[in-house]
Amino acid sequence: MIEVIGLAKRFATAFHKERRTQQRDVREHDGYFHAVRDVSFQCAPGEVLGLLGPNGAGKTTTLRILSTALRPDAGSATINGLDILAAPLEARKRIGFLSGSTGLYGRLSARENVEYFGRLHGMATARLKQRCDALFDQLQMHAFSHKRADQLSTGMRQKCAIARAVIHEPQIVILDEPTTGLDVMAAKILLDFIASYKALGIPLIFSTHHLHEVEKLCDRVCIINHGLAAFNGTLDQLRHLGGSDDLYDAFVRVIDEEA
Amino acid sequence: MWTVYFKEMLELLRDKKTFIFTILVPIVAMPLIFAGLGYLTSTMFKKSENAELTYTVLGKQYSPSLSARFAREKGFREVTLAQPDAIKQAIDDDLIKFALVIPPDFEASLEAHRQTPVALHYNNAVTVDLTKKRVNAVIEAHNAALREAALAAMKMSKAELRYALNPILLQEISTAGKRERLGAVVGGFLPYILLMVCLMAAMYPAIDLGAGEKERGTLETLLLAPIDRSQIVLAKFLVLCTVGLASALLMVGSLGLLLALFANRVEGGLALMVRSVGVGDLAMVALMLMPTAAIFAAILLSISIYAKSYKEATGMVSPLMMLVIVPIAVAMLPGVELNWFWSMVPLTNVSLAMKELVKGTMDYRMFAAILLSTTLIAAALLAWCRWWFNREEVLFRA
Repeated sequence: MIEVIGLAKRFATAFHKERRTQQRDVREHDGYFHAVRDVSFQCAPGEVLGLLGPNGAGKTTTLRILSTALRPDAGSATINGLDILAAPLEARKRIGFLSGSTGLYGRLSARENVEYFGRLHGMATARLKQRCDALFDQLQMHAFSHKRADQLSTGMRQKCAIARAVIHEPQIVILDEPTTGLDVMAAKILLDFIASYKALGIPLIFSTHHLHEVEKLCDRVCIINHGLAAFNGTLDQLRHLGGSDDLYDAFVRVIDEEA
Repeated sequence: MWTVYFKEMLELLRDKKTFIFTILVPIVAMPLIFAGLGYLTSTMFKKSENAELTYTVLGKQYSPSLSARFAREKGFREVTLAQPDAIKQAIDDDLIKFALVIPPDFEASLEAHRQTPVALHYNNAVTVDLTKKRVNAVIEAHNAALREAALAAMKMSKAELRYALNPILLQEISTAGKRERLGAVVGGFLPYILLMVCLMAAMYPAIDLGAGEKERGTLETLLLAPIDRSQIVLAKFLVLCTVGLASALLMVGSLGLLLALFANRVEGGLALMVRSVGVGDLAMVALMLMPTAAIFAAILLSISIYAKSYKEATGMVSPLMMLVIVPIAVAMLPGVELNWFWSMVPLTNVSLAMKELVKGTMDYRMFAAILLSTTLIAAALLAWCRWWFNREEVLFRA
């Protein structure tokens, strides 16, 4: 169970002289850029939450806060009752995080990459080996497990990144635009992975620009615009809002209303 | 923390570029360059000192004795010019290296005890003027003979003769031992090489460890591992220390080995110095290198983690090189000696201390003070680097 209430995060902005003459972003004032102003959502076990929104809406910042990389200025976030702000190190053990821009260490082999993060998570050698073997079986990675990461194809890297993200058996999974820039088959590896985790009853959050992925996998949707949660509800509620079966209409309508 | 440390080391060892910079350059390339350069200079000097000098004498008939002396001299070969007046042309065409012009009244002038000129024509547009030196030696020999003859004619004894030539004799008594004198030369140069190698070796790995992680997109994942960020900093810092130190020590080792192998071939004084620089002195040089490597590591890591990409990091690190050269170069200036003032200037003090160690004249209280101050600076920089690494503005710079 993931619960996020009233998250807010601001960044100090560089002072520009010409700023006054230009049209200012509604989120920019007092020398700060308020990237996330008020975002709340929740995701129950076995549910998949899709985080939608235009570029620069605050999706990545929200997910970075949730993954403990950034500290919020206000709001709270809990994972199965554990406050991630109070105990970030403890929380990190329960989170599996993967972003579209995540890379691998090119000079380590696929297996070493995965094992490194397992060790960082404090896994014992025997358990790590067992878990690694299981994951490599599941993702069919044995053929290239000893190849250096910089020699792998995009699809292989994708599998490797997935294995790395869940090596420590996280209780929740967060994916930041995981399919952006991937070809159809590489994206499919990811979507299959999301579906398999959903089946395991693990809450999963991912941000995306592809509405068909939302349609296919998500139970709940949260639309963020200008740092505010503009919509938070089930897929059916969103369809109802748009007045048609097409998510596209609903999405555009939510964004337009806010503006 | 050690997980991060060993993983970074493993990754670095697999990287050919780092391998070349940290192992091959200090062990093989640098000593080879120095040895090669030294060998080349000495052989070139020897060669031009013994090279045959072609010359011509105009007005030979005016002083048979002087021209005979040149003709006797080894390494000189007289050439008769077809056109005796075209001296400049002949020198430009490389027919002769120099020409002597003896005036008609040469012998008569000398008889009358008047100073008499002889013109030397040659091209002196060279850095080291060996032609003049060699001609001068011959003329000086002739001068000595003439002088002795003239003074003997005045019926002076040998002792009076010496007095007439040089009333005051300056006696040089060096208080410095051979080691101290040579140590000043070698020791002035050694820290420059050592510190540069130490910095250069750590530079590329530093960029890889900070900006490289950002560029590859692995930093975010690393930050999400359940270990404290301070530990990540410490691990990366230790990796850079290890690399810098290893590189510098390897170089000391390989230079030492080179000198030990060829000790009998180098000149007596240098060999003596090499033998007298003991293991203890080398250990102290190494001890001095440790906090210095730590200073470099902390600065490099801070820069690297701030940069967004390799390119940016490289651009920011290059000025650092120039900045580091200044205090090291100051240590080589005349008049800059190890005293309490200079021992408080970072890097300059380390350079000076290394020089003193090689000379064998180290003041050990000062050594302790320098070691302490350098360690404190390194610790402060590391603390700052840690704080820097915990800032979101630095880690997620947009």
